[in-house]
This record gives sequence, structure tokens and C-alpha cells, in this order.
Amino acid sequence: MASSVLEFKKVNKWFGDLHVLDDIELTIKKGEIVVICGPSGSGKSTLIRCINQLETHASGEIYVLGTEMTDDARVLQSVRSRVGMVFQNFNLFPHLTILENLTLGPTWVKGASSDEVKEMALGNLRRVQIEEQANKYPGQLSGGQQQRVAIARSLCMNPEILLFDEPTSALDPEMVKEVLDVMVDLAKEGITMLVVTHEMGFAREVADRVIFMDEGKIIEQSTPELFFTNPSSDRSKKFLEQIL
Amino acid sequence: MSELILRLHEKLPQWKSVTWAKKNLFNSIFNTILTISIGLLVLNILSSVVSWFFLDATFQGDAKLCRESGGACWAFIFEKSRYIIFGHYPTALVWRPALFIFGVISLFGASFKREFWGKRLFWSWILWLTFSILLLDGRLLGLTHVETTKWGGLPLTLLISFIGIGCSYPFGIILAVARQSNLIVLKTLSVLFIELIRGVPLISILFMASVLFPIFLPDGFTIDKLFRAQVAIILFSGAYMAEVIRGGLQAIPRGQVEAAKSIGLTNSQTLRLVVLPQALRIVIPPTVSTFIGMFKDTSLLVIIALFDLMFTTKSSLSDSEWLGFAREAYIFTAMIYFVCCFSMSRLSKKIEESMPSDGKKGKGVSYGF
Ligand SMILES: Nc1ncnc2c1ncn2[C@@H]1O[C@H](COP(=O)(O)OP(=O)(O)OP(=O)(O)O)[C@@H](O)[C@H]1O
Ligand SMILES: [Mg+2]
Repeated sequence: MASSVLEFKKVNKWFGDLHVLDDIELTIKKGEIVVICGPSGSGKSTLIRCINQLETHASGEIYVLGTEMTDDARVLQSVRSRVGMVFQNFNLFPHLTILENLTLGPTWVKGASSDEVKEMALGNLRRVQIEEQANKYPGQLSGGQQQRVAIARSLCMNPEILLFDEPTSALDPEMVKEVLDVMVDLAKEGITMLVVTHEMGFAREVADRVIFMDEGKIIEQSTPELFFTNPSSDRSKKFLEQIL
Repeated sequence: MSELILRLHEKLPQWKSVTWAKKNLFNSIFNTILTISIGLLVLNILSSVVSWFFLDATFQGDAKLCRESGGACWAFIFEKSRYIIFGHYPTALVWRPALFIFGVISLFGASFKREFWGKRLFWSWILWLTFSILLLDGRLLGLTHVETTKWGGLPLTLLISFIGIGCSYPFGIILAVARQSNLIVLKTLSVLFIELIRGVPLISILFMASVLFPIFLPDGFTIDKLFRAQVAIILFSGAYMAEVIRGGLQAIPRGQVEAAKSIGLTNSQTLRLVVLPQALRIVIPPTVSTFIGMFKDTSLLVIIALFDLMFTTKSSLSDSEWLGFAREAYIFTAMIYFVCCFSMSRLSKKIEESMPSDGKKGKGVSYGF
């Protein structure tokens, strides 16, 4: 039990009449790389956004790093500062330089000293190979560069879990690889990652587990080899036919 | 005649502007006639304007001389400028409002320089405005006391509008944020206030502040009229500012808030560090419009008998020795207003230009016309 960093117990959520999360049961161990896929509207984003409570669940329990997620602001902030999130549209802060985007969290949430924070931020920019852009503004960068900055921004909080919601689907094809490369590197470093993506190459290369969702339910969970070669449900078969 | 024009056509050199004129202004006989007659009309108006302003104008002398010359009577302005600018402030003490204006101009000039931008400039403004109140009043600085009823002219206009701008901006931010709040009570109060104020003309709010409000005060208890007018103006522009700022708040994508929360910022940090800086930037142009509007609206103070710039201009006209020079007086005052408002607009342009541009926004995009 000690090694589970994330746990969903009978989690349900509705948007009006729409049952977006239907009795979700999920356990993720420390260091695991999990890819979530499924057709559009199946609830993948909602699931991942419930983890750091950008969406609230209606019933059931969600434990993140041993803490139950409630609407207590203190609890939320402390868990969020330990769980990084990378969005489809990057969501960098356009009024701040790249460096300021990275230092904002550590400075205000952790109260770290400015020299220390700057060193670490530059280190993380180096990690995503974009150090030379530190003093530019997000608007001056390409999509791929912006997404790498967004990853570096999450890394600056030293997260124990990283959540990705379709990190490459807003990118031009030629930029997808530079972002995936960074994600592969991270995966190999042993950080726990939950990735919503349709990049099956990525799933094959680094995922420990693939989760297939449809209509708010987890239909299938298995290793990538098994999932791609021998999916157990008709729906996942059909889905794989469409995207491969 | 038409032949002559046609020949002229051919003789004209092929400069760019000439080609343009040929193509657009002289491309048919009708257009040529139109162009020439409008040209003559403009020339005529221009020449009478120039002769009224300068050639026939009287720069020195008395009213009699002015009336004989037929042009503008700038002598009147020279005679009355001290009164128009400083109002009834005691002549011997006029250095005090003059010093105030000098300080404001210096600070305004400094605000144009990027290297001065920062906390120091911000506090200099606040300190100078506060100090100026003490200076004009005199008591706390051990100077002769000058009552607020004697304050007037440009210093009064500047003081009221700058303090009004300085206070209504944060007040507007608070109102706008309250209006977006999840707390129903806060939200309702803010909406009520904003709609109430916006539903009433400034004049009636000023009247309420000057006439109605004192009725409700206990006997023997008075609040300075100038102070009441100042509060009325802050409340009034605060409501307008709030709506301008709300527009900015709504323009910030939800993803910005989510990104801020996902790194663990609190709600107030998210507002302060991520949402407001962006929202306030987006609405710089309408913000400055509101400020400029407010600066000009101070001329309504005339109605509750505060001696602002507009009042002093008006009352300078009632000197029996100098009757009938309203045009000159109003042109003079209009120029002062224009210089002030135009500088504000320039400053806002400067601030806007210094902002980092987001490649995706439509700033500086050309639409081809
Ligand atoms: N804020 C919302 N209000 C109402 N309905 C919503 C909201 N957010 C999502 N939905 C609906 O919930 C369903 C699941 O949405 P979700 O974003 O989780 O799907 P997804 O699997 O991430 O899809 P995609 O691949 O298109 O991103 C969709 O039908 C969507 O229309
Ligand atoms: Mg999604």
C-alpha cells in the first residue's frame, strides 16, 4: 500500500445528465508510467483533472500521495504543489518571461530564495534543452518550445507525479517529437507519470500500463504489448483500428 | 478652361503624390471643379482663422484696443491667466499651488521614462499628492491656513482628478473582483453599487454630495465640501472602472487560472500574480479613456460651486472692464484641458508599447486598410 501514490475508489462524476466518470477504480504505483487513451469525450481529461481537483468528483474517494482530496483549500494547495500538470494548450503565463514562468511557483508556493530558484529553473530549462530562451516571452516561442517550457515549469516544483493531458495534440507534426523526447527522458528517470495521449509509439516505448476508457468507464488495463497485440474488448479493438 | 486643365494634366511631373492627386482628385472635370472649390473654401477659412488668432490679434493693451482690432484679445488672457489658473487662492501664497503643479508636471515627465518605472515613482506620486494637500491647506506645515473654498483653478482640477484616478482604480479592481466572486452577498453588493451609480448622472451624485448629504449629518457636524465632491467622483469613476476591468478579467482564458492552481498558487495569488496583471494590461486603452473622461468631468464641479478650472474661466468673463472675450478664455482653457488629456493618452501609449506582446493577439496586426 505504501507504494501506491494514487488511488481512485468508486469515483463518479456527472456533467448534468452526462455520466463522465462511472465507478472509476484505479491504483497507480510509485514510478509507474501510465498512458490513458480512448475516444473523444470518454472522460480522459476529466479523470486526470480530478486528480488535482481542477474538476471535483461527485462521489467516491480519491487519494493522492496518501491524502484524500476534499474541498479544503490548504490540502488542495499542498497536493497541487506536489503534482505537476501539463496542458494541451501549454497555458504558459504570457505576461512573464520564460524564466519568470518557471520561478513563479517555487517563489510563491515554497518561498524559496530567488538565487536558488533561478539556478533550479535554469537547470530545468537545460533539461528540456531550451536554456537560451530564458529571457524571452512565451509569445515568441514555437508551440513545441512552449510545451517544453510548460514541462520545465512543472518540474520546478519537484513533483512526485506528473499529469499530461494530450501534451502533443495542439502541436504541428514536426514539433511532436521534440516534446515526446523530453517526456521519454522523464519517464526513464523514474518519475510517476499519467499521460493522456494518442501517441501509441510513446506508449509502446515507455508505458508500464495502458488504460483504455470509453463512456466514462475504464474498459481495459494491460501492458502495452498485450493492449496493442491482443486487446480484450471490441471497443478497444475498434479504437485501435481507427488510430493505428 | 477644361482644355487648360487637361493640358495642365499632362505637364504635371510624375511624382508619386502628383500621380495620386491626378488619379483621385483631378480624374474628371467634375472632380477637378470640386477639388478646386473645396480647396478655395479651406484656404478662405484658414486665412480668417490665422488672421483672427495672430494677424489681427491684440497681445498687449486694454479692452478698448482689443475691440477696435477685431482679432483675438490675448491681452485678456495675459491679464486673467493668473486668476483662471489659480482662482481665489491668495495672491501672496500662489507659490504653493504653483509648486504643486510643478511637482505634478515633473512626476508626469518622469513617468514617461522607462528607467524610472517602479516602486519609487509610485510612492513619489502618492507622497507628492498627499504633501500637496497639506501644502495647499498650510496648517500642518505651519503655513498660513487657506480654506478649501479658496482653492481653485487648475490645481484644484489636477488634485481632484489625480486623487480620483489614484483611488478609483484600486476601488474599481475591488468592485470588479467582487462582482466575479462566488460569495453571493459580495457579488450582489457589487452589482447593486455599480448599477446604481451607473444609472445616475454624475451631476446628480455631485448634487447629492453637496446638498443632500449634509442634511443627514447631525447639527454642528460638517464635512468639507471639496472632500465630499472628491468621494463622489471616486465612487462614480470606480463603478465605471469596475466594468472596464471586468471586461479584462473575462478575457483571461480559464487555462491560465488552471495552470496557476496546478502549481499550487492560492486563489489570491492566482488573482494577483496571473489574472490581474494580464487583465489590467488588456484594458489599458479603455482605462485611460475612463481617466480622461473623469479629468474632463471635473468641470462639472462648477455646478456645485467648487472653483475648478472651468469655474475660474467662466467667472473671469464677468469682469465689467473685460466683457465679451469668452472665445479667448474658452480657447485658453480648452488648450489646458487638451494638453493634460493628450499627455495622459501619450503616457498610456508608452505603457502599452512596453508590454510584452503575445504573438497570438491582434496587436499591431494590419487589416489591409
Ligand atoms: N465543463 C463541462 N461542462 C459540461 N460538460 C463537459 C465539461 N467538460 C467536459 N464535458 C463533457 O464531458 C465529456 C467528457 O469530457 P472529457 O474532456 O473528459 O473527454 P476526453 O476524453 O478528454 O475527450 P477529448 O479526447 O476530446 O479531450 C464530454 O462529452 C464533454 O463534452
Ligand atoms: Mg481531453
